[in-house]
Amino acid sequence: MNNSILSPESLKIVNHCIAGHQSMPGALLPLLHAIQDNIGYVPESAYPLISKALSLSVAEVHGVVTFYHHFRTHQPGRHILQICRAESCQAMGSEALETHIKKRLGVEFHETTPDGAFTLEPIYCLGNCACSPSVMIDEEVYGRVDNKKIDQLISNLKNAS
Amino acid sequence: MSIKIFVPIDSTALSLGANEVANAISKEAKAKKLDIQINRNSSRGLFWLETLVEVETPQGRIGFGPINPSDVKSLFDADFINGGKHPLALGVVADIDWLKKQERLTFARMGITEPTNIDQYTAYDGFQGLKNALNLKPEAIVETVTASGLRGRGGAAFPTGIKWKTVLDTKATQKYIVCNADEGDSGTYSDRMIMEGDPFVLIEGMIIAGLAVGATQGYIYLRSEYPHALKTLNEAIHQATKAGYLGEDILKSGKVFHLEVRRAAGAYICGEETSLLESLEGKRGLVRFKPPLPAIEGLFGKPTVVNNVISLATVPIILAKGAKYYQDFGMGKSRGTLPIQLAGNLKRTGLVEKAFGITLRELLYDFGGGSLSGKPIKAVQVGGPLGAYLPESQFDTPLDYEKFSEIWAVLGHGGIVAFDETVNMAKMARYAFDFCAIESCGKCTPCRIGSTRGVEVIDHIMQGHDIKKHVALIRDLSDTMLNGSLCALGGMTPFPVLSALNHFPKDFGVDAKEPKA
Repeated sequence: MNNSILSPESLKIVNHCIAGHQSMPGALLPLLHAIQDNIGYVPESAYPLISKALSLSVAEVHGVVTFYHHFRTHQPGRHILQICRAESCQAMGSEALETHIKKRLGVEFHETTPDGAFTLEPIYCLGNCACSPSVMIDEEVYGRVDNKKIDQLISNLKNAS
Repeated sequence: MSIKIFVPIDSTALSLGANEVANAISKEAKAKKLDIQINRNSSRGLFWLETLVEVETPQGRIGFGPINPSDVKSLFDADFINGGKHPLALGVVADIDWLKKQERLTFARMGITEPTNIDQYTAYDGFQGLKNALNLKPEAIVETVTASGLRGRGGAAFPTGIKWKTVLDTKATQKYIVCNADEGDSGTYSDRMIMEGDPFVLIEGMIIAGLAVGATQGYIYLRSEYPHALKTLNEAIHQATKAGYLGEDILKSGKVFHLEVRRAAGAYICGEETSLLESLEGKRGLVRFKPPLPAIEGLFGKPTVVNNVISLATVPIILAKGAKYYQDFGMGKSRGTLPIQLAGNLKRTGLVEKAFGITLRELLYDFGGGSLSGKPIKAVQVGGPLGAYLPESQFDTPLDYEKFSEIWAVLGHGGIVAFDETVNMAKMARYAFDFCAIESCGKCTPCRIGSTRGVEVIDHIMQGHDIKKHVALIRDLSDTMLNGSLCALGGMTPFPVLSALNHFPKDFGVDAKEPKA
């Protein structure tokens, strides 16, 4: 496990999140969401603080973080690009799209581009199955995505950041 | 008076550029000094026509679609706000055949109202069911839901009223209503549409459920992939609380109901009800043994109703119009309507709410218009990633829980994904095992290990290694998973696998004449 120390800024955020969620019933998931929303990931060095506040063992916190696909323990790229791999998108050519995107970004799933612009992740259904194939970039879904459309989206975001 | 224009705010419409369309309309109207008002309505669910722009006229709301931002200028050039002719004009939207042929009960307001406008919700019959329920004893509410014949729309199809009765009859200091909004099945989006498009109907259904069983706290367990639904639900809960429908004294009746949205975190297994409860309690989403049933020992060990979004969102109309009204729709033991979601390779995808009994063929061709690619439809998967693949010879099966069960298939949550002839069904069977391996909670061996072994065995088949032996192995493994898994994930993965193998043996390199084991 990564034992690095939380930066003073992150420590402040984690403590603030803990204070806001500690008394909720079943607080762990909402607390982890709050931390990830604010820091971008759940630092492993925050586990002892979380476990103490919620009377859990560090192992239990680690177990929960790693069980759920949504939580990550490292800083992602500036944008998270998720490609839907589920059946409806497969029926509309998502596999070819996936190959194109991986080539275009030069990364595999769960990897971040060297310039730190994109982290590529698979996702299983975005509920946009009427307009497959779909991708999600940060919190926005895009439907009927083809190579041209994704290239445009990637270029726009690269130029913006 | 300004002219009312409607541009949907549903996330599928947004995924096709609805915000850009709305901005372009607003900009163009400003430049032309036209007095218009843009309303952001929910989507009608005619997704092949999104972005569907509507204009209010004395004849009704007339539609134009599908509109891209680049089409907006031509709309104004054609004077669309005064009913001018345009190649993308659709006439009065409510008269479009695709919509007219539906029976929209749960989705009655869809596409018409603005999602978080509580006055519009009330004006379109909202909260009528709740008002009736407040005058009924809990037993009478439960009896109405039971008599309606409503069965769980998440997929398991368990009678909703019977579940509620168990919770009502279990004595406890605290009970809960949990809404399963972890809609993870590929090809489904009806829950999302309700939560983004008509959130008050879900809230109303949950309040009624609370009154029926004596629960004062509700949770909506919402998948993290739906950020728009999260915002809409929170805003709607805020509005409903302000208006006195939620809180310590519902419409001054002295009754209490609080509601909170909890975000899931991307685990498909948490759509299984006991795993969902573990997750709500802040734990890993491991499936629980049953018994005890959640209705007796559910969230935090208390009696809990766990219902799908559509089940709960259907309760208000049942309470408003009566059990008989609802159960007059449908066939056999499948009463009422099913919001069917057309997805994958189809020309006209979208939400079709119909009484049970419509056939797959009518849905795929009359509504769906056949494949988008123009190639023949080879297979359809009904009911999500754990649903069977059906070949053309089964397209005349009516949508009915029992009829589907007879052909070893499931309706599930009503998602229909069409594939054209380019699909390789051995690959889809491999994907089914792979998905199970990725999403398994790991508690039981058949699911945890079986899924991984399944991928390996299908790889052998696809590479042509001793096909006969490996096909026999797949059947044996499927038997173990079917009978030995703790929940539906491992227990139903054999549905897509074996249906692909039985109906499309050639894709596995198997002679079609070989007897099915």
